[in-house]
Amino acid sequence: MKFATLERALILALAVTGSLVMPARAVSDAAILDTTPPKQLSEFRFFEDLQKQAPVPEVVPFRLATPLFSDGAEKFRFVYLPKGQAAKYDPVEAFDFPIGTALIKTFAFPADYRKPDEKLRLVETRILLHHEGGWLAWAYLWNDQQTDATLKIAGAKVAISTIATDGAPLSFDYSVPNKNQCKACHAFNGKITPLGPKARNLNVDYAYAGGAENQIAHWIAAGLLSGVPEPAGIPAAADWRDVTAPLEKRARTWLDVNCAHCHRAEGPASNTGLFLTSGEDVPVRYGVLKRPAAAGRGSGDREFDIVPGEPDQSILTYRVESTAPGIMMPELGRHIADPDAVKLLADWVASLR
Amino acid sequence: MRFKQVRAALFLAGGVFLAGHASAAEIAVTAGDGAAEKLVEALISAQPGDTVAIGAGRIELTEGLSLDVDDVTVKGAGPDQTILSLKGQTGSGEGLLVTSDRVVLENFAVEDAKGDGVKSKGSDQITFRNLRVEWTNGPNEKNGSYGVYPVSSKNVLIDAVTVRGASDAGIYVGQSEGVVVRNSRAEYNVAGIEIENSMRADVYKNVATHNTGGILVFDLPNLPVQGGHDIRVFDNDVVDNDTANFAPKGNTVAMVPKGTGIMVMANRNVHVFGNRLSGNGTTHVLIGAYPKDYDDKNYMFVPRGVFVHGNTYGEGGNAPDGEVGKMITDISGTPVPDIVWDGVTRIPEYLSWVSAENQVYVDEAEGTSFVNLKMLSQLLLPWGWWPDTDVAAYKGSLPEPSPVKLPQDGGA
Repeated sequence: MKFATLERALILALAVTGSLVMPARAVSDAAILDTTPPKQLSEFRFFEDLQKQAPVPEVVPFRLATPLFSDGAEKFRFVYLPKGQAAKYDPVEAFDFPIGTALIKTFAFPADYRKPDEKLRLVETRILLHHEGGWLAWAYLWNDQQTDATLKIAGAKVAISTIATDGAPLSFDYSVPNKNQCKACHAFNGKITPLGPKARNLNVDYAYAGGAENQIAHWIAAGLLSGVPEPAGIPAAADWRDVTAPLEKRARTWLDVNCAHCHRAEGPASNTGLFLTSGEDVPVRYGVLKRPAAAGRGSGDREFDIVPGEPDQSILTYRVESTAPGIMMPELGRHIADPDAVKLLADWVASLR
Repeated sequence: MRFKQVRAALFLAGGVFLAGHASAAEIAVTAGDGAAEKLVEALISAQPGDTVAIGAGRIELTEGLSLDVDDVTVKGAGPDQTILSLKGQTGSGEGLLVTSDRVVLENFAVEDAKGDGVKSKGSDQITFRNLRVEWTNGPNEKNGSYGVYPVSSKNVLIDAVTVRGASDAGIYVGQSEGVVVRNSRAEYNVAGIEIENSMRADVYKNVATHNTGGILVFDLPNLPVQGGHDIRVFDNDVVDNDTANFAPKGNTVAMVPKGTGIMVMANRNVHVFGNRLSGNGTTHVLIGAYPKDYDDKNYMFVPRGVFVHGNTYGEGGNAPDGEVGKMITDISGTPVPDIVWDGVTRIPEYLSWVSAENQVYVDEAEGTSFVNLKMLSQLLLPWGWWPDTDVAAYKGSLPEPSPVKLPQDGGA
């Protein structure tokens, strides 16, 4: 009882000090850098209109050429850098962001997947905060009124009822990750690391309020990014849905985004020896005629991760298709399959010789 | 109980106060309503030095648990008293995953995990003590793969655990260094105990029974850590391994024939001694090369330096199983000898010699039967070869690795 009072007093005190030193609209650097994350998402003051996900001017929205599949959730991504500071460009890994950076991602489900922009229900907002000691990952669970989101450390299950792209009703329990599960994907040599903001995956246009523009050019102009080579020297990932792009590139990009956070030498699945970054150029390492190390029943009675020309004999397609825990890959962050992705991978494996 | 609430409140209100918090706390979790969420929270909010104490009873989990804080003990009231059941698991690849250092897991059970049971990845000084990991419906290919599963870890102690029903290996140590597996029981798994791509492991005083294969020492290609070496397997009871292989195809252990006692495949400097073997229907000790095709220039596919001595052999070799069983009996006949070596070596060595430290040595009591299948000769000289059963010709010895000492076990 005493502690609950103290807790309230503490939050109040932080809020009061915060509002004294900052103009009301500005993002709260204090909230970002506090050793304790704020209880409510609104306390960061990232948004002009929280519910509409309309950010304040210094919070910049972005998108990825190919995003991670999360049960078909729509995602709104934003980055905030402390005033006057820029991230350092990296040609391969996520940019090197300054201390005080916040990466913000809101997950929302439409009432009908055939109309992905309409009647969105905001479910959670994930925040990555860059502190002196490293990145911290937190998840905020949205309330039913959609007015704010509350810090949730132990994770949560949220019942989603919607309509699938084929018109059939679709219901599943979506998982908001607990703090450790955040790290289960965002771990690079055991330390939390951003995954999305890599040069190749940001190198696409975004429809900014002032018109469409390449995101990297926009970041440079806004002073958010330094050390960038000429545009021709910046790698570009494929949009995995873009049928005009080469099949191999689409498939490898999909694997890079959906699998390689774990399946790389520095990731949580390093022990498998299956490395799926788009830069991996040794075929057996990205699965071609590679026998599984620890697949268990995830092998589906198949001998190799990828059998060229034979998607139905490849463990890769079996695990991406499955929704059974212990078999499905990725093993976190999804409950339903993505038939389009399964088809892309199957087409790619079928094309291999 | 009171203290636990205060700690939880503190964690939510201000980790700032805890930064300087030095004294160890016990966070109690009791079975009952909300226990699963409390346990998840306890494992996240624990501070170095804390103990998470799970009371007696059954806790039903729908997600696997994970621990990423150093210097934490997670303990239950006993392996038959505190039961974490994953029958209703809908997410995660394992029942409990540890990714931090100096962690002790003891006195509880993990049942019916959809993937692996209890796993550590990248841990230094990880202890699994008096745990029970079990798939309660018995051997079934739909069971999870590994029971107790340290991988890419260092200083691993597995002591007095019981694992039943794993569809791959009950106790599986992969790509780890400095390993002790002792006083444990592995039964009704495909592999009882498996040491794979690991360095410096002592496996002793265990019982491996009613598995497909009792104790396996393997080295496999295409993994970040390979070249396993310095393994001692001694003073174990490896008896009646008579469960049909129920591993899903595609997994390495799916090739292990029912009734294999101790199997050494690839690996270097492996010592098998003082074990009691009986009732293993294919053979008691099987030594061989990695038999499949692979694409890995750094991989050594033949065993380098194996010393088998001072074991006792009971009845065995009367029920050779599967393709491997047939391959052996086509040459050896039935019953299969106590010790079988496939005789595969590298071709340059076949044409010249194998250096002393890389040879296979057998020094057993009179009457122990042995065969070198000379499979390379069979391949290269199909009309002019014969198996070698003269065990005396393989006498010799290798210097034994010193005992594995672990920092968490009184060693340095």
